[in-house]
Amino acid sequence: MFVNILTNAIRFSATFLYGSTGEIITEKSGHLNLGIPGVMCVGSAVGCLVEYYLVLAGVNVGFLLVLLPLLATFASGGLMGLLYSFLTVTLKSNQNVVGLAMTTFGSGLCGYMVSPITGRLHIIAPMSVHFSNMFGVAETNWFTSIFLSHGWLFYLSIVIAIVAQVVLNHTRLGLHLRAVGENPATADAVGINVTGYRYGATVIGCGISALGGFFAVMEYMGGMWDSAAYIEGLGWLSVALVIFTLWRPALSIFGSIVFAALYILGARLSVSFAMIEVLKMLPYVVTIVVLIITSIFGSKKTQAPAALGLNYFREER
Amino acid sequence: MNNASAIELRGISKTFGSIKANQNVDLDIRRGEILSILGENGSGKTTLMNMIAGIYYPDEGKILIDGKEVTITSPKDAFKYKIGMIHQHFKLVDVFTAAENITLGMRDEKGVYNIKKINQKVLEMSKKYGFIIDPKKRIHEMSVSEKQTVEIFKVLFRGADILILDEPTAVLTPQEIRKLFDVLRKMREDGKSIVIITHKLNEVMEISDRVAVLRKGEHIATVNTSDTNEKELTEMMVGKKVDLNIERKDPVDPQPRLEIRNLTVLNKDGIKAINDISFDINGGEILGIAGIAGNGQKELLESIAGLVKKESGDIIFHNPKKNKPVTFFHKDLKKIKAMAAEGKFHYPNGERVDLKGKSNKEIVKLVNDEQILFYEDEIIDIKNKKPREIQELGIKLSFVPEDRLTMGLVGNMSIVDNMLLRSYRKGKSVFLNRKRPKDLADTIIRDLEVATPDDMTPVRRLSGGNVQKVLVGREISSSPKVLMAAYPVRGLDINSSYLIYNLLNKQKEKNVAVVFVGEDLDVLLALCDRILVLSGGIITGILEGKTAKKDEVGLLMLGNRTKETAEIADNKKSEEEVNG
Repeated sequence: MFVNILTNAIRFSATFLYGSTGEIITEKSGHLNLGIPGVMCVGSAVGCLVEYYLVLAGVNVGFLLVLLPLLATFASGGLMGLLYSFLTVTLKSNQNVVGLAMTTFGSGLCGYMVSPITGRLHIIAPMSVHFSNMFGVAETNWFTSIFLSHGWLFYLSIVIAIVAQVVLNHTRLGLHLRAVGENPATADAVGINVTGYRYGATVIGCGISALGGFFAVMEYMGGMWDSAAYIEGLGWLSVALVIFTLWRPALSIFGSIVFAALYILGARLSVSFAMIEVLKMLPYVVTIVVLIITSIFGSKKTQAPAALGLNYFREER
Repeated sequence: MNNASAIELRGISKTFGSIKANQNVDLDIRRGEILSILGENGSGKTTLMNMIAGIYYPDEGKILIDGKEVTITSPKDAFKYKIGMIHQHFKLVDVFTAAENITLGMRDEKGVYNIKKINQKVLEMSKKYGFIIDPKKRIHEMSVSEKQTVEIFKVLFRGADILILDEPTAVLTPQEIRKLFDVLRKMREDGKSIVIITHKLNEVMEISDRVAVLRKGEHIATVNTSDTNEKELTEMMVGKKVDLNIERKDPVDPQPRLEIRNLTVLNKDGIKAINDISFDINGGEILGIAGIAGNGQKELLESIAGLVKKESGDIIFHNPKKNKPVTFFHKDLKKIKAMAAEGKFHYPNGERVDLKGKSNKEIVKLVNDEQILFYEDEIIDIKNKKPREIQELGIKLSFVPEDRLTMGLVGNMSIVDNMLLRSYRKGKSVFLNRKRPKDLADTIIRDLEVATPDDMTPVRRLSGGNVQKVLVGREISSSPKVLMAAYPVRGLDINSSYLIYNLLNKQKEKNVAVVFVGEDLDVLLALCDRILVLSGGIITGILEGKTAKKDEVGLLMLGNRTKETAEIADNKKSEEEVNG
């Protein structure tokens, strides 16, 4: 029972890990992208649609069935990021407004794209074998269940998080990106291309986040499409996770497991419906608690990037 | 020192809107020298240097580096020509370490980012120049002086040969200034050119080889420091007196309205912005406050208005109530009775008011008929009062900050609504009553000739001068007893300025105590009855407006003291020595 819940929580955690890693990269550039839920919706819809048409076309090469939907998902997320960057960096629109609009837009677009084929989308379900159980181990004991039974997209999410952590904190590229998010005027004055870094981080971040939506459908749900609202809910949790893990992708690996466990606990335990809702609420409650604690006791290192949410105008001095 | 010019400026001009920041400036910066740029606020010092540093681009003129004409359009270009500027507001990332900030934006050797090596290199380089820098310390853990050191070193580390420092000593303690000067001298020996923008004369004399004086955007002269003295420099800086023809009537029976005693106010950084000052503000008189911006004027006014906390000292307000009727301003019958029992009131015929045995109704009638008068002025300590209470006493502050819309007016709201902001507490219902504010707005628009399409136009759409008129007009309309106007004519054209001067003069005739903080010495000399000079948070002199001389005020602004204030300071010092 416990091993089962933990296994599922760990597997599910990749959704949040993709979402939050992407958002952390974006936020480190000073962009508070509240469009992540929308990005994840669009990503999952595009990924599933590509998968669907590949199946319809009779493609049965596993390699293509995995790679093409994945690339499409990443690209669709990146496009959403490009739109967000264009609006906030180039046109200097308010980041909160643009982000929320992107979420509403993404969720709607997702429903629109999927609706014509909702009834037939289940034909992609068998393709989930290409995504699951990378090492092909039987779940014979707790160790194989918890650590080795997952699909390769799961392991990829951890690799991405670790790479992001290393790049952000131990490379010149990461230093420059953080400088842009902390104090764009200073970064600009020393010749760092603020616009370029903001576009780049947002596009890549959104691409990574989009994978989270696709993962939730193809890997965790076994190819069964639920709804745009479901993915959007996961997206909001990913945004909360960024705060919960204090903008650290490596910490996010564990944070995402906590969030996933709280999210699925309700369905696994035989508790009342009201209790399930309470359990679903818990990730947000702990996020608020973390915010309170870091605001009161935290040092500067645990705070959000100083220029988060602020657009940069060079002329404004 | 060799005499080769590192930078030559030829005929540089720059205008912002209608303001000429720099006009046809010629200036040479030589190799291996420390050049001071001296001038009042708004004389165009910083603008000129910003053009060398690539922040502004000159409208006219040429910049030559080592004899060749160059175009500098960005800080990056400036770096290319080995020019680095250290701004007053440091450009540092707070959460990064010193080394990370110093090398920010640079390329690594062989493209490998190795923080240990970088720390090592920063440490070695800093020792070479005699800097004390801990490469691993984060900026937000540093003192102001440490941050400045990092900022200077950051520029040097990038190989700058020409360093421009914008008022580097403003934020430092005397000890830190000495250290900074040592560093600057060392850099000069190393062949670097150093430009410091400053308005502290003693520092100019101490550190620089040559002094360039700017006035109103024009280059007056560049002289060798050894060939000049403080008096001559001051004269060059402030110029000849200009007669402005502002009407100034003699004050009628000025009585103290506000007594400020041993006031000390700290600024945001915990530094004493106002340091133990005492003076009186009189009714029926315009008191001018002169000083170079940032020497405590803002903090002084804000502390009187109750907007900032006072560290110590008292502010006593003499409410001019003598022979004036009691009103129900406080709506407190009990208080009036108590004060009557203390014998504070008299009837119009001079008889003492005794309210014993009178019914409440009778008292209300007496008050309403203005039959109860004060014997004496009310004396109130406003030290611990809230800003609202201070305002209700009639002490009004109209502050015109650099950007006029941040203090006092809401840019997106109309003139009428901005009037309403001051009187919102007077309404009786939850809904707004725009009638009275509208009348007031219309009066101000008419009397002050505010150029606006109508009274519902958002204030931010008005031109700066008109915004100022609205702001000052509103404060005057509430019939204040003390009116503090800070920079009320900043950026205004001549005609609008005269309108404001007349307004202030009218207030003075109404026995209001007017405080005028201004930048233009000619205006201060022509308008004010007394001029108080602030420098570094202390009073360096209080002069009679009629007899004060321009260069005299200029010297005081630069930190010299009049005999009287110097005596006070000496007494204080010896007192401290006795106590300490």
